Amino acid sequence: MATAATIDPMLPQPYSVRQVAKETPDTFTLTLEASNGAGGNRFQPGQFSMLWVFGVGELPISISGDPAERDRLVYTVRSVGQATHALVSREVGDGVGVRGPFGTGWPMEKAEGRDVLVIAGGIGLAPLRPVIYEVLHNRERYGRLVVLYGARSPRDLLYRKELAAWARRRETQVLVTVDYGGLSWRGHVGVVTTLFKFARLQPARSMAFACGPEIMMRFVARDLETHGLARENIYLSMERNMKCAVGFCGHCQYGPHFVCKDGPIFPYDRMRPLLEKYEL
Amino acid sequence: MATQAPALLTLQQLEKLIPALHSRGYQVIGPTVRDGAIIYDVVEDLSDLPAGWTDEQEAGRYRLRRRNDVALFGYVVGPQSWKKYLYPAEVRLLTAERSGQAFRILNNEPAPPRRAFLGVRACELAAIAVQDRVLQGDRYRDPIYAARREGIFIVAVNCTQAAPTCFCTSMGTGPRVRGGYDLALTELIAPDKHQFVIEVGSDAGAEVLAELAPAPSVASEAVCQEAEAAVERAASQIQRRLDTTGIRDLLYANFDHPRWDNVAQRCLTCANCTMVCPTCFCTTVEDVSDVTGTHAERWRKWDSCFSQNFSYIHGGSVRTSAKSRYRQWMTHKLASWIDQFGSSGCVGCGRCITWCPVGIDITEEVRAIRESPASSNSRSNSKESSHGSS
Amino acid sequence: MEALERIIAEHPFFAGLESYYTNLLTGCAANVRFDAGTYIFKEGEEANEFYLIRSGKVALEIFAPQRKPVMLATLAEGEILGWSWLLPPYQWRFHAHALETVRAIALDGKCLRTKCEDNHDLGYEMLKRFARIMEQRLEATCLQLLDVYAVGK
Repeated sequence: MATAATIDPMLPQPYSVRQVAKETPDTFTLTLEASNGAGGNRFQPGQFSMLWVFGVGELPISISGDPAERDRLVYTVRSVGQATHALVSREVGDGVGVRGPFGTGWPMEKAEGRDVLVIAGGIGLAPLRPVIYEVLHNRERYGRLVVLYGARSPRDLLYRKELAAWARRRETQVLVTVDYGGLSWRGHVGVVTTLFKFARLQPARSMAFACGPEIMMRFVARDLETHGLARENIYLSMERNMKCAVGFCGHCQYGPHFVCKDGPIFPYDRMRPLLEKYEL
Repeated sequence: MATQAPALLTLQQLEKLIPALHSRGYQVIGPTVRDGAIIYDVVEDLSDLPAGWTDEQEAGRYRLRRRNDVALFGYVVGPQSWKKYLYPAEVRLLTAERSGQAFRILNNEPAPPRRAFLGVRACELAAIAVQDRVLQGDRYRDPIYAARREGIFIVAVNCTQAAPTCFCTSMGTGPRVRGGYDLALTELIAPDKHQFVIEVGSDAGAEVLAELAPAPSVASEAVCQEAEAAVERAASQIQRRLDTTGIRDLLYANFDHPRWDNVAQRCLTCANCTMVCPTCFCTTVEDVSDVTGTHAERWRKWDSCFSQNFSYIHGGSVRTSAKSRYRQWMTHKLASWIDQFGSSGCVGCGRCITWCPVGIDITEEVRAIRESPASSNSRSNSKESSHGSS
Repeated sequence: MEALERIIAEHPFFAGLESYYTNLLTGCAANVRFDAGTYIFKEGEEANEFYLIRSGKVALEIFAPQRKPVMLATLAEGEILGWSWLLPPYQWRFHAHALETVRAIALDGKCLRTKCEDNHDLGYEMLKRFARIMEQRLEATCLQLLDVYAVGK
């Protein structure tokens, strides 16, 4: 009987690119489907895959698609270096290797019956989008949904049409802010923590899921606590470079935790003492 | 498996060991002298072993010296460990070919040869067990390690002398071997004799022993005591101590200890320690492609947490200072490892002390921190819960 | 007037103030409205009031020579606009630009200043509250300054 542990975790499965959509000048969303036509792509919101570009390299990328759509895997990738550039330069029909899914997901079960507060910074919205899909597909299981999203500038905003659509759903609030507004921006300007005061939810019965640059998450978590959320109800998605994603290469260690298998999602009470350590 | 009484073999009888292993299809890896050190390589017969050689080790120093006898195992440990074979420095993960837009992974990695390890010390057995836990005992199993680990025939050796850099007694790993071997031998050498007390650790071991000496002489009480005394002598020669009491909490709580700045002034981040350490397992993966771009390979290679870019996020390296990297290595080895895998990552072999070009001594670093821990101001919230995934 | 007093008394910013003081504040308060696109105040002007925003969005802007105006932050419903009235030299540090039609309650800072000098208890209560706003603004600016979304350093 083949269990997850006995399948070679280092072997990429061949997938092919179905679509490449440009989100911002440097960020693209890739839709992949299994080359052998097999469906059944299951993943928990918050998990990631290792995407391999033939002859170039492999990267950990959060799955940012809808868990209910089993025939595909969707990834939003920001081009920041050689490997990511190669990935976003794929064309429809190109083969991409996929390993995974890996890691812990957002604690959706724990969030049932509670208000869900999603706080995203920059590309951090990508691993949180599956949470939003999950909540909106199963509305009666959760309380209010509040999405707070901050980006550098208006042209760096992801999923703009969807943000507008989500905002129209009942019991759902979507607030967007940017660090630098520009002349034609009429929305909020300021860091994402400045949106907290506008969030309509009950802190005592809320779960917060945050993802973004580490400094941002540190400020966010601290502010959330000030606003009355318990540390164990605040979850962060941590990030470190990875070579294997299965706990062997050692690169992703953060304190005693392997971000690839103990995370990337961690509760804030466990992260708090580590976040304040410089060069941990 | 019935417990057999220890047997006594002569040197001539032991000479049949390697041929016996060969006939059973094993490639034998054992100690041999090369480039001024005792390293591990393929050995064809006992004459390849470092007979009459010993090693002089101290912090930052390793020299070979001639003994005044022809003991085969009269040395301690060299710069290499058995991870050279179980977890190779370079190994190909896969080969793939591309035609058009699609690629195909070829299933053509050669199976590793069946191997026998001759001359495994107690600390090395412990190190193999540590790597077993990391690479086979957690959520994922490394098939490359598994393929090389399975079916290994181990001939262990009880140490009869210790180097000044050894501290296996502090880590509870030696000098006596305990389990995990097929055969274990203790070498007894004197001007008038050259004998080996052999203990059997498995059926496979018993079967091989039966071929070496169809009617092996059972080691007498006196001989067994002599062997025991020899191992005791090794234990008594150990000079260095590493106090492991509460060491996990000690290192977690002293993240900002000034000692780290002190060691940072000496550490070159050369990564020698991670290379010679028998339990270090960090690796990287490199992609290579041919000029036409139709043939690609992925290679796994040893890496070290001392390299500048070992740990990074989008903004750059997370541990830019030598201080943070030394602290990471030592804290991982002695503290975090316990949370991750339930035991220390250090087996007290002392290689990191010997092979550090500036002679940094891990036992001394621990002592320095223990003797002047951070003031009560340091928060106890650096205690970590035990490793466990949700 | 009644409605104004209620709004002031119930606003979180003034929570904990004795009714004597909220009364006093109400005496210095008035409903105001700014059309979209107008400037509520400009940098360098004398700062004689502060505003409790009831609706609409205000952008804090700084003008630099040869540069387009830089938007530092936006304030919206429920937020307090302006603290320069409280400390010398009582001058605005930046422009406040109404991005939409803004309805607010304006409080007479000049009048309040005098009252704070006379009544240090009132002065302390006001300073405490405005200090918290400055702290939040400073922290937010800190995070903005770090430019956390930029790629590579």
